[in-house]
Amino acid sequence: MQFPESWLRNLVNPPLDTAQLAHVVTMAGLEVEALTPAAPPFNNVVVAEILSAEKHPDADRLRVCQVDVGEATPVTIVCGAPNAAAGLKVPCARPGAKLPGIEIKVAKVRGVESFGMLCSTKELGLEGAADGLMVLPDDAPVGEDFRTWLNLDDTLITLKLTPNRADCLSMQGLAREIGAITGAEVRLPQIVEVESRIQDVVPVQVSAADACPLYLGRVVRGINAQATTPRWMAERLERSGIRPLLAPVDITNYVLLELGQPMHAFALSRLNGGIEVRLARPGETLELLNGQTAELAPDMLVVADASGPVALAGIMGGQPSSVERFTVDVFLEAAFFAPTAIAGRARRLGLSTDSSHRFERGVDFGATRQAMERATQLLIDICGGRAGPITEAAAELPQRQPITLRLARLKRVAGVEMSADQVARDLAALGAHVERQDDRLIVAPPSFRFDLAIEEDLIEEAVRLYGYDNIPAQPPAAPSRMLPQDETALADDVLRQMLVDLDYQEVITYSFVDPAWETALDAAARPLQLANPIASQLSAMRTTLWGGLIETLRHNLNRQQERVRIFELGRVYTSQAEQPMKLGGLVYGDVLPEQWGAPSHRVDFFDLKGDLERLFGHALDTQRGTHPALHPGQCAEVWVNGRAIGWIGALHPRLVQAFDLPAVPVLFELDSQVLVQRCLPRHASLSRFPLVRRDLAFVLDAHTPAGELLAALREVAPGRIQSIEVFDDYRGKGVAENQKSLAIRVVMQDTERTLTDQDVEDAVQKLVSAALRQCNASLRA
Amino acid sequence: MSFVDKFEILQITAMRNPNEIVADALAAIHGCPDLPTLEQVKANYLGKSGQLTELLKSLGAMPADERKTAGARINEAKQAVEAALKDRREALQQAELDRQLAAETLDVTLPGRGLARGGLHPVSKTLARIQALFRSIGFEVATGPEIETDFYNFTALNIPEDHPARAMHDTFYLRQDNSGGGELLRTHTSPVQVRHMQTHQPPLRIIAPGRVYRCDSDVTHTPMFHQIEGLWVDESVSFADLKGVLADFMRNFFERDDLPVRFRPSFFPFTEPSAEMDIGCVMCGGEGCRVCSHTGWLEVLGCGMVHPNVFRHVDIDTERFVGFAFGLGVERLAMLRYGVDDLRLFFENDLRFLKQFN
Repeated sequence: MQFPESWLRNLVNPPLDTAQLAHVVTMAGLEVEALTPAAPPFNNVVVAEILSAEKHPDADRLRVCQVDVGEATPVTIVCGAPNAAAGLKVPCARPGAKLPGIEIKVAKVRGVESFGMLCSTKELGLEGAADGLMVLPDDAPVGEDFRTWLNLDDTLITLKLTPNRADCLSMQGLAREIGAITGAEVRLPQIVEVESRIQDVVPVQVSAADACPLYLGRVVRGINAQATTPRWMAERLERSGIRPLLAPVDITNYVLLELGQPMHAFALSRLNGGIEVRLARPGETLELLNGQTAELAPDMLVVADASGPVALAGIMGGQPSSVERFTVDVFLEAAFFAPTAIAGRARRLGLSTDSSHRFERGVDFGATRQAMERATQLLIDICGGRAGPITEAAAELPQRQPITLRLARLKRVAGVEMSADQVARDLAALGAHVERQDDRLIVAPPSFRFDLAIEEDLIEEAVRLYGYDNIPAQPPAAPSRMLPQDETALADDVLRQMLVDLDYQEVITYSFVDPAWETALDAAARPLQLANPIASQLSAMRTTLWGGLIETLRHNLNRQQERVRIFELGRVYTSQAEQPMKLGGLVYGDVLPEQWGAPSHRVDFFDLKGDLERLFGHALDTQRGTHPALHPGQCAEVWVNGRAIGWIGALHPRLVQAFDLPAVPVLFELDSQVLVQRCLPRHASLSRFPLVRRDLAFVLDAHTPAGELLAALREVAPGRIQSIEVFDDYRGKGVAENQKSLAIRVVMQDTERTLTDQDVEDAVQKLVSAALRQCNASLRA
Repeated sequence: MSFVDKFEILQITAMRNPNEIVADALAAIHGCPDLPTLEQVKANYLGKSGQLTELLKSLGAMPADERKTAGARINEAKQAVEAALKDRREALQQAELDRQLAAETLDVTLPGRGLARGGLHPVSKTLARIQALFRSIGFEVATGPEIETDFYNFTALNIPEDHPARAMHDTFYLRQDNSGGGELLRTHTSPVQVRHMQTHQPPLRIIAPGRVYRCDSDVTHTPMFHQIEGLWVDESVSFADLKGVLADFMRNFFERDDLPVRFRPSFFPFTEPSAEMDIGCVMCGGEGCRVCSHTGWLEVLGCGMVHPNVFRHVDIDTERFVGFAFGLGVERLAMLRYGVDDLRLFFENDLRFLKQFN
């Protein structure tokens, strides 16, 4: 909400300068968002009248003007403006004046001495562009200081009001609030009852009394809608961000700003029969003042006449019944529409009006009649006309039930003891009726406070007026209890740090992605879609982290980063119930950073698998599988403790091409909930007897995975076998085509005794026969 | 004399002067270019049939009275040669080592080998820092879903349908055809409060970090960002405690004991009294700059005492328990802490940007 400081000071004028006032108001919860001068600084500019304007003897485009600046004799000023002409009233900067960017001096212009400058709006900094002198109205007082005359030493105050403070959405409300905060006297406008001089009425019927508990209407006939809006009113409207249009409209807008009561003026001749306030009927539409035709929903409240809706109640009037330049008779409306009957409707229609903004938050139903009288009086004063009596349709208005404020509760919540008398005085200053009963206050809030209904509301007001700054900031006392530390669950931070140590850079990408990425990665993907995305390429909830990682790779490749190793720990989304946390990563480019002394190669499947093994140990088990986004021959499903938890693999060549990547990235994505579950270490006694190693070379079908052989061997391995690992995979000379030779190292040790040759031989035999049986693998000759 | 003379002649030819041998030996030793040659020289003089060894052998044929002096002379000679051998050996070994060391000398200014080290995203770093500070006074970390229901995001937080506060939230909704309806992306981390209170009994002290979403995108807004929600519920927690905890937090986060803080009345449907917390601008020290819009203050956090309607939704006795809650924007604190001037950088994931925080 924006308004001029001068208007506020007219109603309440605490002894504070602008900055102090802004601070006090901000600290009371009405945040001052901006203070803007009404005009940029300039001085020594007066209202002047051009008496004569003669062509400059030595310049075609210049004129030599005699100008009345309110002194005994006119002054000579050379002027280049095309519209300079005798009889015009214009702003005149006198010698010594400082304007934005220039200083005015007596100067000779093409041989003629000039005593000042006639100004355009641009030269005064009032507007960005101008095509000539600023022309002032005929009644502008010659000789008067220009700033004083236009009240330019004013500040526009912008408040960022919270939705609970509807009562501060008017000058009257703000003045009342600032009076309560500062103790300054509040002078509200005097409002008198306007005598009715005609008997005309429009009958009003309210069919939705809950939504409209109070409706006041009044006919005013014989107005001149084209009357000029007085300058003081136009200035206040403009400085409050409302452009003056037509006097009757300006008046209702003014009352809205002054008293907070939205009003509407209908052209009486356009109304057909009586007024009914009711809910919209199915299929009804209304052409609104802004030209938009609204399709009305059955929960929208309308003001209708015999032929249908004429206004969207509390939101906007209809175009057909609006007041125009030649309107002579008007029907004025001032009503109280319940917040619940208005809230959300304007937004649904894509509207936000000064009226709906106020009704949604709560308009003072105790001041509706005052507003009607105020508007009528202003209308008659400015546009003439005769008013009829007020028609009132009233039902049950909201009740302001007394609220009990327990002083002990106040102390408990605030953490500080406040004087009961002071609290009572503060609440009374807000307009509440306060009664003290022993250890409690009984408080009846005023009609304009929609936010005071329960004890906490009063506690907030008491603390606010006490001053948040006056409450001590105390270190809290709480019993010391240690936080549980689950040693078998790896903290996310530790997981992240482990990846960082393996030379991965963490990234954070958007949870919503381009649906095209999703379907490119998996044609069967059916990601959740946003109903109102910010852009179509951010409209699908990701079901994999890979889209964002690949996009991050592309972004960095475009910035000449040749080696990219990134990971993200974040959720993917398949439904409200399923939003699992995943750890995803991507590696691209050389295994090592470019360096002088180490041979490098492009990162491949096994480099990435090695990283994951370093992270998670040998509990990590990979099995061949196919994933639509991965190279079918370089892709594995990852298993931990008998559960499939994700995938690693090289990006499918089809996608490498589709994403326009110069080389192949290798990716992984794992269910992080499973990954972070670890076992508590368990000590096993160390053997004092020697280790025995046996290297066995098995020849088997080239397509049989090493993992299958290892699993077969491990399954039959006696307890004294410590480890069985592959240390070579050989194909070629000496091994038949379609065969391979896997070299397996077996390490044995017993905790009780030294192994005999027979022990070793028995164990090896067991392994060899298992290899033959399960994998058709025989010892290499 | 004849026999004796004969013997003397024999002796003279057999027994060279040891001094001469030593002189020859020393010259030979000195001239040795390397250890194998030195060993050869050693053999020539001290070996089984070396010159000095032979000389010693000849002693046996000498008369006893001469044998003693001659023996002593030969031994002296032997010691002299051994000493020279030892010195020469050491010198040669030293030279050999020097050569080896010279040959093995590295340019230690060349960089080391192997992997580099990655780094955490600045938002993660900031989240971790905030969590560590709150954990140090007993806050536990809680999490919740990001796709939320209307109930948890709004209704349970005392934001009824059509409340103007909903308009402030610019909510992303999920399309009905593939969600159950009424599902949305949480606009704040406050729903975690509700979920936690449904399943845990006070006293409670939690912080809930995570992603949140608002349908807003411009220079100062990204449609996704991070918040940390905090909640403390106990029998005696007051607004004064709230101020104490949050002032303590900000001063520790920025490591500035003298950081000015202030609390302004504000409005959130789920707290009452509600407050906005400002800190003195950490960019200009309160002088006024672009970052603080020349006010000297930065709005960093919203907070307040838990509204009784929120407690009622989770069946917590409002007479017995009170609590405070707060929510802060993680990116904002990261920007202030690290001097980042463009919010959007956080989600572009430009490695050149990210590596500045490693």
